[in-house]
Amino acid sequence: MKDVKEKKQHDNIIEAIDLSHEYVQRDEEGNVERILTAVDHVDLDVWPGQFISILGHNGSGKSTLAKHLNALLAPTGGSLYVDGKDAAKEENILPIRKTAGMVFQNPDNQIIASVVEEDVGFGPENIGVPTDEIWERVEKSLKSVGMWEYRKHSPNKLSGGQKQRVAIAGVMAMEPKCIVLDEPTAMLDPDGRKEVLAAVHELNKKKGVTIILITHYMEEVVGSDYVYVMDQGKVVMRGQPREIFSDVDKLKSFRLDVPQVTLLAYELREAGLDIPEGILTRQELVEALRMAAGED
Amino acid sequence: MFRDITLGQYYPADSVLHRMDPRTKLLATLVYIIALFIADNPAAILFVTACLLVVIAMSKVPFSFMVRGLRGIVLLIVIAAVFNLFLTPGHVVFHWAFLSITKEGIKNALLMTARMILLIIGSSLMTLTTTPNQLTDGLESGLHFMTYIKVPVHEIAMMMSIALRFIPILIDETDKIMKAQMARGASFDTGNIVQRAKSMVPLLVPLFVSAFRRANDLALAMEARCYNGGEGRTKMKPLHYAKRDGMAYLCLAVFFAVVIVLGVRF
Amino acid sequence: MGLRLEHVTYQYSTGTAYEIKALDDVNLEIKDGQFLGIIGHTGSGKSTLVQHLNGLLKATSGTIYFNDENIYADGYDLKGLRTKVGMVFQYPEHQLFETTVFADVCFGPKNQGLPEEEIKKRAEEALEAVGFPKAQYDASPFELSGGQKRRVAIAGVLAMHPQILILDEPTAGLDPAGRNEILDLIKSLHDRKGDTIVLVSHSMEDVANYVDRILVMDKGRPKYDGTPREVFRHYKDLEEIGLAAPEVTYVMHDLKKAGFPVDVDCTTVEEAKEEILRVFRAKQAENN
Repeated sequence: MKDVKEKKQHDNIIEAIDLSHEYVQRDEEGNVERILTAVDHVDLDVWPGQFISILGHNGSGKSTLAKHLNALLAPTGGSLYVDGKDAAKEENILPIRKTAGMVFQNPDNQIIASVVEEDVGFGPENIGVPTDEIWERVEKSLKSVGMWEYRKHSPNKLSGGQKQRVAIAGVMAMEPKCIVLDEPTAMLDPDGRKEVLAAVHELNKKKGVTIILITHYMEEVVGSDYVYVMDQGKVVMRGQPREIFSDVDKLKSFRLDVPQVTLLAYELREAGLDIPEGILTRQELVEALRMAAGED
Repeated sequence: MFRDITLGQYYPADSVLHRMDPRTKLLATLVYIIALFIADNPAAILFVTACLLVVIAMSKVPFSFMVRGLRGIVLLIVIAAVFNLFLTPGHVVFHWAFLSITKEGIKNALLMTARMILLIIGSSLMTLTTTPNQLTDGLESGLHFMTYIKVPVHEIAMMMSIALRFIPILIDETDKIMKAQMARGASFDTGNIVQRAKSMVPLLVPLFVSAFRRANDLALAMEARCYNGGEGRTKMKPLHYAKRDGMAYLCLAVFFAVVIVLGVRF
Repeated sequence: MGLRLEHVTYQYSTGTAYEIKALDDVNLEIKDGQFLGIIGHTGSGKSTLVQHLNGLLKATSGTIYFNDENIYADGYDLKGLRTKVGMVFQYPEHQLFETTVFADVCFGPKNQGLPEEEIKKRAEEALEAVGFPKAQYDASPFELSGGQKRRVAIAGVLAMHPQILILDEPTAGLDPAGRNEILDLIKSLHDRKGDTIVLVSHSMEDVANYVDRILVMDKGRPKYDGTPREVFRHYKDLEEIGLAAPEVTYVMHDLKKAGFPVDVDCTTVEEAKEEILRVFRAKQAENN
């Protein structure tokens, strides 16, 4: 039994079992006022190379969960293994941060240096990479997000989407196996959103980097391999995007939406048209309506 | 108004000055400032100005960019000039009511103005050609000896470089907050000094809240990228002196000698 | 009445290499009672445009009339204009500063120099109008959720009783339910009191569901101006300037191409659904 368990930890890049995180609020005398359970017995398993999305409204606990994956927070209950390393152990903190890089919401508040290339070099500098190799890594990672020509620019002069791509390059330069993105598009305009998403998908496909995308934009989830939906700290739905999007009412009860096409398909189905559940793209909808019309 | 501040901003270009070791530039700036104090006659000032113009030309930073840095302190320069003009005792050349202008006054006002302009342009030339990170790297290694007396040089240098990175962001934010409060009928430029101080509260509170939030986010982002203090860090751009730095030191020495000679002679 | 812009141009960094025309000869009229959406991608000039409407920015050339009065005339009360043309900025964090929600909403009316009684009355009315729970009037505005902060920020402007309400990206950073709640609230302000509302956004789908009129900004100029249906007919051109029509517009065009006799002018899911069902029913009737 023990052997099976251990083998599993090595196969999965992220494995959470009953992972919980409680914030204890104390009054001025140090007595416990109340306990907030931000993450409530969550199970996750992520295979190398997967593109995972975690959906949830603001305050659903998804960001708290994300901070565990990078060892910024330690679990208060349950266990978490990142690339086979136990996140509860102090000595694993730095190795885990190297394995699972993290990109945050606000593009301005995560860029440390005043020149793009210096910012990308910040991570490798911290982990003691030799100078020549830092330059190689900076070049490789800036190219991988299409920001190489901006290497000498000041981050302040870049658009939001470009800043986020620099932030992603900064994480890539540490050569992680997995990148956790905590609402990377929440502060961007539609162009920036597309740009960042395209870059992330490309890293996933071409470099095989495992992606964990945390978001509340439903459109961004469509291309992922597997989706977790969180509400009040718990995982309340899990499955492939198609399965998740087929339950429009349930999603709405978790303060979420579905993409317009899926919503339209759902409404049409409710109104009696014979089309399948969980339609994700325009092509699928047109095809389904054709079929429905042909059968009449 | 805030858009005009160039001090502490980097202008990307590829020039000898940009490639120069930050320690050289820091020392040169220090020498330059001392030279400005020594240069108290037109000949010396002219020499310093000429040298500065040559260096500016070498820097490939547009001249207009440097002059823009002056706009913020125009008032200060004018006030200083006026004080010098009217309050210097000596040979009176112009007299009206209780005001009198002296020959010495004119000379002092001109010298003062020239020195201040040279001071601002000269020091912004350093920040315009040196990235804040290089600047702090320069300070960090230049002041490394102070770690022996328990001065946290690395931490101070990191703090400075972050502060410099966030200055433009916070300036932009100040502008936005002012507009948001003005849209609610606030005014920042009327009333007596007490009222004005009070009117800053709606500006300062959101600014501080935001700055703390940013600091918190940034700390988290740095930790996530394995930042762990100065120990065990490598450098992407390690400092080493090149031939041009030797040349620069040589020029600097000649420059300083000339200024001293001119300053003493006249 | 309302707002009228004539040949408004706004340049900054004039005379340097960085000279930028943020607004380029804009002519625009906003009539009382309209619900106008202004759309454009970042840098299109939409935010610059609305900051002219309440005098926060002054046009380099051109004139703006509010209720037929030139706001650039000598002696015009610009501070007064800002209370009549109320503006809520993108991030509520930029305006909340008081220790309690209630005190914060009082800030605007206080600046107007109203009597104490009236200030309190207006703050209460405004908080009620935005649906903010009374139990939390004494809460610190910094501890509220994003959606609640947004409500307080809107109330803070409503309390000045503006004739026109401008909202710059009021849904940025909110989750889907929060976004719908805020947009519904804005719509209800418009419907109930007939307020003139200007909504700045980069989300076509948000705007299509709510406004009567859309102004598309591109490179500092109004590119399209009309009802959502009219504007979204240019869906291909919109793409070229970095915008897109709502997803349903594309669906309808795809369906038409696939041979369905649908009317492509649908801008909301509801309209599209009705239209597709109409076509299917007609077909059924034909077959019978």
